[in-house]
Amino acid sequence: MTVIATENLSKRFPRVTALDGLTLDIGPGVTGLVGANGAGKSTLIKILLGLSPASEGSASVLGLDVAAGSATAAAIRERVGYMPEHDCLPPDVSATEFVVHMARMSGLPATAARERTADTLRHVGLYEERYRPIGGYSTGMKQRVKLAQALVHDPQLVFLDEPTNGLDPVGRDDMLGLIRRVHTDFGISVLVTSHLLGELERTSDHVVVIDGGRLLRSSSTSDFTQTTATLAVEVTDTDAHPDGTATLRKTLAGAGLEITADGRLLYVDAADEDTYDVVRDAVAGLGLGLVRMEQRRHRIAEIFRDDDTHHPTNAASGDTASTTAADPAGSPHAH
Amino acid sequence: MPTDAPATGDPAPGTSPGTDPATGAPPAATDVIHDIGYRHYDGPRLGRGYARRSLFTQSLRAAYGLGRSAKSKVPPALLFGIMSLVALIIVAVAVGTNLDELPLEYTDYAIFLQPVIFLFIAAQAPVAVSRDLRFRTVPLYFSRPVERVDYVLAKYAAMASALFILTATPLLILYVGALLAKLDFTDQTKGVAQALVSVALLSLLFAGIGLAIAALTPRRGFGVAAVIAAFTVPFGAVGALQGIAWEQDNLDAIGWFALFSPVGLIDNVQSTFLGATPASAAPEPVDPSTAAGTAALLIALAVIAGCYLFLLRRYRKAGL
Repeated sequence: MTVIATENLSKRFPRVTALDGLTLDIGPGVTGLVGANGAGKSTLIKILLGLSPASEGSASVLGLDVAAGSATAAAIRERVGYMPEHDCLPPDVSATEFVVHMARMSGLPATAARERTADTLRHVGLYEERYRPIGGYSTGMKQRVKLAQALVHDPQLVFLDEPTNGLDPVGRDDMLGLIRRVHTDFGISVLVTSHLLGELERTSDHVVVIDGGRLLRSSSTSDFTQTTATLAVEVTDTDAHPDGTATLRKTLAGAGLEITADGRLLYVDAADEDTYDVVRDAVAGLGLGLVRMEQRRHRIAEIFRDDDTHHPTNAASGDTASTTAADPAGSPHAH
Repeated sequence: MPTDAPATGDPAPGTSPGTDPATGAPPAATDVIHDIGYRHYDGPRLGRGYARRSLFTQSLRAAYGLGRSAKSKVPPALLFGIMSLVALIIVAVAVGTNLDELPLEYTDYAIFLQPVIFLFIAAQAPVAVSRDLRFRTVPLYFSRPVERVDYVLAKYAAMASALFILTATPLLILYVGALLAKLDFTDQTKGVAQALVSVALLSLLFAGIGLAIAALTPRRGFGVAAVIAAFTVPFGAVGALQGIAWEQDNLDAIGWFALFSPVGLIDNVQSTFLGATPASAAPEPVDPSTAAGTAALLIALAVIAGCYLFLLRRYRKAGL
């Protein structure tokens, strides 16, 4: 099933080309739309909402053509939610009043609007504070209200434009977790944009990367993780092995594993499940203390850069790692 | 519906499915409690027309501070109180002293109390449109079934209705008072009907001008000042010109000068078509020529249409 489809979609402004022949086919689930500022993410959302006509090409949302006239546009917008990137909340009303009003603007009768507002605000994690004026909220709470107004009419699809903007790392994680739940628990498909490639890999089933209005890459995130699963390993030093990291590195290299190092962290390419056992056995055999062994993914950013320029990041970190390994005293983290 | 009861009664089942799928989705699928963590909405979706009506109602209520903070109820309540109080006093005098006609014509009332109307539109037009622009709430409307036309129509109609309530209520008070004082029923009914038509036009005209200016200035303070200036400056300037015309015995010019102020337009229209006594700045009433009256009506209608089109244009940019 296709949730969003575009065919050769272009949008030209007098001085800028925002979208340039974009063809997409996005299914249900959480889709990350990644691109630098000005890559055309917001323009795409506005075209999909029917707020801005495309210069060329076609687009459909939930099987409805966005350019098919105002009746179709209204039908699309009734079943779609939108959370803008910018501030959009009046400070002098409470979250409850605001979201109830927005629910009615989506066509919900008054009683249903109130019930859905209470439910939705609870789901996004706003409780007693929902009766206070929005002006006194933290950025994280405001983002939750913005998300709630996009979900209150129970859409089939939501567009979330940079929902993690302005949030601290904890707030960012909370928001990403919430976005994941919007799909897994609420059954609502999500198109979420970000200029940070890394943060979407955990949340999204599928990532679309656009740059300068063109499609750079579109793949499911499981593709990335299969090819890029990496094990980060950190060990302690012992009397027998004063530089445990270097020793382990040697041992693992001997076992035929691909390793790069970054200070005290070793990155082991986890080709298959056996890698975990090999690392565990090697650490145990050397009698080292295992500080951490965790699965890391390459940042999606690296993947895309790799396509163009032959692993510059890996090569660079590999070089520094080998000098560190060869000269243990040179390691800044030796003790 | 046994499955629905726990969800509404107890918030706990709602929170548990949030944590459960993190550990594994299958339990959620087999356990009934977990299925109701998020409830889908299957009820009616009433569409554009309903949303437009809701926005109209909300905006009209907001113009009188209803559904807003206690502080924002004070100015509209005060102004509405003044408008009605003056009418009540006139009625009390008329009934108490057995006058054989009201001390002023129905059509004069809005003209005499125009400063109150200016203040009302100046205070409330920015509330109606500046807030959504300033806090960038407009895109949230246009990402819903509501369209630009619906938004502008609802806001315009709400503002005009708020003004009509403000200006028509005292007329009805006067009318009821006049009937209580046993004044001639036919005369009074005709008078009040003519005045109601006049204030309806005034409401549309003032609402349009006020909203158009407020939509230009997202900052509320500027909006209030700009709207007051837009009504009082032309009024003062036209008054001065009319005074000069009177001095120079150029009576015909008085009616033509009136075309340059919103109040003057209304005065000309009701003097020409609605049997009102002209209330220009001249020491004695001078009837505008029929041509000046017709021109006033056409200009008023053109300004109303122009303000509406301007608002549509303004929101084409603001929606994106």
